[in-house]
Amino acid sequence: MSERTSRIGVAFDKARADGRALLVGCMPAGFPTVEGSIAAMKAMVAAGVDVIEVEIPYSDPVMDGPVIQRASDIALAGGVRTRDTLRIVEAVAATGAPVVTMTYWNPIERYGVDAFARDLAAAGGTGLITPDLIPEEAGEWLAASDAHGLDRTFLVAPSSTDERLAMTAAHCRGFVYATAIMGVTGARSQTSQAAPVLVSRVREVTDLPVGVGLGVGTGAQAATVAGYADAVIVGSALIRCLLDAPDEAAALTALRTLSAELSEGVHHPIR
Amino acid sequence: MSADATDIEVPAQFPDAAGHFGTFGGRFVPEALVAALDELASAHRAAMADESFRTEFAELLRDYAGTPSLLYEARRFSARAGARVLLKREDLNHTGAHKVRNVLGQALLTRRMGKRRVIAETGAGQHGVATATAAALFDLECVVYMGQVDTERQALNVARMRMLGATVVPVTTGSRTLKDAMNEAMRDWVANVDETHYLIGTAAGPHPFPALVRDFVRGIGEEARAQCLDLTGALPDAVTACVGGGSNALGIFHAFTDDPQVRLYGFEAGGAGVDTGRHAASITGGSTGVLHGTRTFVLQDADGQTQESHSISAGLDYPGVGPEHAWLHDTGRATYQPVTDDEAMAAFELLCRTEGIIPAIESAHALAGTLAIAPKLAAELGRQPTIVVNLSGRGDKDVHTAGEYFGILDKE
Repeated sequence: MSERTSRIGVAFDKARADGRALLVGCMPAGFPTVEGSIAAMKAMVAAGVDVIEVEIPYSDPVMDGPVIQRASDIALAGGVRTRDTLRIVEAVAATGAPVVTMTYWNPIERYGVDAFARDLAAAGGTGLITPDLIPEEAGEWLAASDAHGLDRTFLVAPSSTDERLAMTAAHCRGFVYATAIMGVTGARSQTSQAAPVLVSRVREVTDLPVGVGLGVGTGAQAATVAGYADAVIVGSALIRCLLDAPDEAAALTALRTLSAELSEGVHHPIR
Repeated sequence: MSADATDIEVPAQFPDAAGHFGTFGGRFVPEALVAALDELASAHRAAMADESFRTEFAELLRDYAGTPSLLYEARRFSARAGARVLLKREDLNHTGAHKVRNVLGQALLTRRMGKRRVIAETGAGQHGVATATAAALFDLECVVYMGQVDTERQALNVARMRMLGATVVPVTTGSRTLKDAMNEAMRDWVANVDETHYLIGTAAGPHPFPALVRDFVRGIGEEARAQCLDLTGALPDAVTACVGGGSNALGIFHAFTDDPQVRLYGFEAGGAGVDTGRHAASITGGSTGVLHGTRTFVLQDADGQTQESHSISAGLDYPGVGPEHAWLHDTGRATYQPVTDDEAMAAFELLCRTEGIIPAIESAHALAGTLAIAPKLAAELGRQPTIVVNLSGRGDKDVHTAGEYFGILDKE
């Protein structure tokens, strides 16, 4: 279904040629502030994160665990608006790294689906990851993403039937997001047993790259996931660097250190 | 997905197969939950067509919950209302509200699906208590999520749930109220969906919840319709109910939707007044959006962030509404109006004093709305109207709130 070459698609092609996976780092827009989140995302890119996933903070994030909930609450309490997200996307895309936006659906409906797609494309975003939008409900987004040349990443889960995997992948463009575990976001001490099985099931039904998220927090885990996935998606562990640090300088240092460790992991997949 | 052509027709004509009521409803959920929702939809369809399920449910409702509930002609209240007011006494059910119908139905479904654990969200604690009750009866593990603000306000209900064997988890995220308890229940469900049923407390959430909850509570209207015909020889001119998520209202509306002469009124929690911004009136004071898995009317800001709701009634204090109500509003089949805290409390007091019945504050919204529409209806009809009011719950749980409101509690 990829009639167009997305910037994220180019990045995946290059990583495949290099025999490694992409590292996708997630950060809520406006956390801890709009400028602070831009600085954090740029630091991640400089330290080896290949793709930035900007999450639009939402009041009711049912797919997110405590770390992202807290960061989202801080961003919303700071007054971040949907249009700030677009400004952040633009600033980070200027680094040259592909920037994908992750969002619960209501903020997009409220903004206007076509208007958001238009403005996201203009800001240099590659597309959307939609954790609570399934293809059956996505008619307006399918049309808007086609009209404005954006990627669309729907989620697949260990509980997805084969029919749903095929249907969902057929509606994706750019990459497919495989949720490694049945659960919410948040780093876990052990990597998932279900993830490699899910990824191989996805590969049966699509040639699109497959990213794996939920639960990855260390370089070793990243290397393990890079052994079977095309992208390793990390959120909570990176965000915790900012939540736990005493000041911004310490936060950025911790963020760079972890980004570099994760990057090392995706460059040396354990197969 | 096990829905095949031999599957039985869904008893009500709405929603469509994907759970849409017009442009409302549907499923806005993580993919991880879709398989469980499909399983539930299939179990719901099969159960509704299964004579043995229907019989067992009917027996439980009769022998355990104490239904059919009475339809009581409230003569002294009627005199004050200027209408013949018939109260559907759901407050007399076991656990004190219509909610017992829903939890018994869903507990039966849980057993049918072979699941051993139920989770629930609760605001004031009524649905939590009802769920804990059904879990005790059916020997199911039960975890209830409740906002920390609510566990403090409703300590007695927390104790009731624990006595019944449930685990109560105070939720400390977000606004620490009902909507956050629902988020936390959803998170639990995503992680434990294989062995767990999410026993949702109202006719909201992703498909099939709005339809299945409605199907378990629509006995209210079926009973009321027959009782009204027996008592008065005619259908009522209007049927009224309070609307938070909206299960008691759907429960009483449904049997009347094909009777065009019967007006349907839903009364939302107007809090301090819809124009103050401090209310829980999603239909009259909100806008279309997606919340907790369904497209409906939502209280939200310009960016689609959910806004906090406000109501003296904890059971109506929710920033969304079931999608079937959004659709009934859209089609004009039902009329929705806000009732303020003060109007509800005045009606609360009036029922106490005229009938010796202490209503739930939720139900007092229906009484207040009834008082408001009765004169207009009488003028329109040129005679005294007959109005069936869903007295959805009893007020025991509200004695403290009402006592504070009226300033009648003795100081220590």
